[in-house]
Amino acid sequence: MANTDFHLQFQEFEDEQGFTENNQGATTVTIDDPIKSRKQRKATGTAFEEEDDDDKTELLSGQRKSAPFWTFEYYQTLFDVDSHQVKNRIVGSILPWPGKNFIEVYLRSNPDLYGPFWICATLVFAIAVSGNISSFLVHQGQPKFRYVPDFSKVTMAATAIYSYAWLVPLALWGFLTWRNRKITSLVSYSFLQIVCVYGYSLSIYIPAVILWIIPNEGLRWCSIVVALCLSGSVLVLTFWPAIRDDKPRITTAIISTIVILHVLLAVGCKACFFSTYEMDPSKYHNEPSTATSTSSTN
Amino acid sequence: MAEVEESSKPLFAGLSDISISEDIPVEGDISVPVGSQSADNDFSTLDEPVKDTILRDLKAVGQKFVHVMYPKKSSALLRDWDLWGPLLLCVTLALMLQGGSVDSEEDGRPQFAEVFVIIWFGSVIITLNTKLLGGTISFFQSLCVLGYCILPLTVAMIVCRIVLVGGSGLVSFVVRLIVVTASFSWSTFASTAFLADSQPPNRKALVVYPVFLFYFVIGWMILTFSPSH
Repeated sequence: MANTDFHLQFQEFEDEQGFTENNQGATTVTIDDPIKSRKQRKATGTAFEEEDDDDKTELLSGQRKSAPFWTFEYYQTLFDVDSHQVKNRIVGSILPWPGKNFIEVYLRSNPDLYGPFWICATLVFAIAVSGNISSFLVHQGQPKFRYVPDFSKVTMAATAIYSYAWLVPLALWGFLTWRNRKITSLVSYSFLQIVCVYGYSLSIYIPAVILWIIPNEGLRWCSIVVALCLSGSVLVLTFWPAIRDDKPRITTAIISTIVILHVLLAVGCKACFFSTYEMDPSKYHNEPSTATSTSSTN
Repeated sequence: MAEVEESSKPLFAGLSDISISEDIPVEGDISVPVGSQSADNDFSTLDEPVKDTILRDLKAVGQKFVHVMYPKKSSALLRDWDLWGPLLLCVTLALMLQGGSVDSEEDGRPQFAEVFVIIWFGSVIITLNTKLLGGTISFFQSLCVLGYCILPLTVAMIVCRIVLVGGSGLVSFVVRLIVVTASFSWSTFASTAFLADSQPPNRKALVVYPVFLFYFVIGWMILTFSPSH
C-alpha cells in the first residue's frame, strides 16, 4: 500500500518565472505534445507518470485527440462542443476582458472547428447579401437602373475570408513555434487553438456587415472602428502571454502585424463590396453614368 | 366337415397353410406436391411492365412530397430514402433560376451549374456537419431529407415567377418577400422535424443553424431573381 501511495502523491510546484522546466503548475497552461510533456516531467524526476499509459498522459497534459488523423473519429473530436459552449465563446470573443485570455478561459484545450467554419460561412453570405442590398439601395433613385444580383461577390468574399481565417493563423503559428525554440516561453498554442481564436474573432463583423447596408459613410466607419477595437483587443490579449518574453522589437512587430492584417480585412471588405460612389467600378459603369446624366438634366 | 381337434392344436396354426398369391394388384394414386416456381415473383420486378416500375417510384416520391408539406414526426422519409425527389427539385429550381448567357445584362444571375453545385455541395457540408457533431443519421438519409425540404422553396419560386408576370414594382416585391420568407421558414421547420430525433440533445441549435443558413441562401437567390425582359 505504501508503494501505491508514493506513486499517487501529488507534488507541488512553484510557479517561478525563471524556472521554465517546472511548468506544470495549475496556474499556467501548457499545451504541448504528450511526448514533450512526458520528457519534461521525467526531467523533474517524478515517478508519477511512469506507469500511466498513453491515454492517461494525454488526458493529463490536456490533449484528448488520440485517434490518428485519417480516421473520422479524429475530426469528431474537433466538433465536440455544445450549443452553450459555442454561445459562450462567441460572447467571449466580442467582449475583451483584460484578465481573461480567450484560449485559457474558453477553449481550455478543447478547440473546435465548428465555430471558425460556420462563422466564416455566415460572414461570407452576410457580405454578399448586404453588398447586394446596399448597391440596390444606392442606385434605387435612378429609374434606368435595373437591379441584378451579383453572385461573383460570394466567391470573392469566400476566398478572402477563408484565406484570412486559415493562412494567417498558419503563419502566426509557424512564427511562434520558431520563436519558441529560441525562447522557451511559458505559453505555447497549438495550430487549432490559433485557428479557433481567429475564427471566433471574426464573429463581431457579422452585425457590423449588416449595419453596412445603411448607405451612410459615417455610420459605416463608426461600426468598422468599433468592431476593430473589440476583436483586435481580443486577439492582442490572447497572444500577449505567448510573446511577452521575446525581444521587444519582435513583440511589437507581431502585435502590429496582427492588428494591421485585421484592419486590412475589414477595410478591404468594405471597399470591395460596399461603395457609395455613383461610379461603381464594376460592370455597370455604363448605366449609372447615363442615369446620373438623365437625372441631372431633369 | 373336418373334424376339429380341440385344444391339442395351438391357435392360428392353420394360418401357415394359407398361401398368398404373389400378384395382388396394388392400386392408388401417389402425388407429390411440387413447390410452386412463382415464389420469386414477389421479389423480382424484372418481368413487370416499365409503366409499373415508373409509377411505383413516382408514387414513392409523391408520398414523400406530401410528408414534407405536412411535416409530422414520421420516419417515412428516413426509412425509404431516395434521391429522385431531390434531383427533380434541384433541376427544376436551377432551370428556373439560371440566367441567359448571351445578354450581358444577365451576367449577374447564377448559372445552372452554380445553383446545382450550391444545393448539392451545401447539402453535403451540412450532412458532414451533422455527422461530425455526433448525429446518428446516415449520409444519404440526411441528403434525402435536405433535398426533399427544398420543395416549399420550389413552390415559392413558381409563385414568384407568376407574380413577376404581373409586374415588378413594390407590391410584387412585398408579395414575393412574404412568400419566400414563409416558404423558407417552412423548409427549415420541416427538415428540423425530420432530423430532430437523430441529434444529440444539447447540440440541436448547432445542427439547425447551418440548415437555416442553407435555406436562407436559396431563398435569397429566389427573392432576387429578376426576369429578363
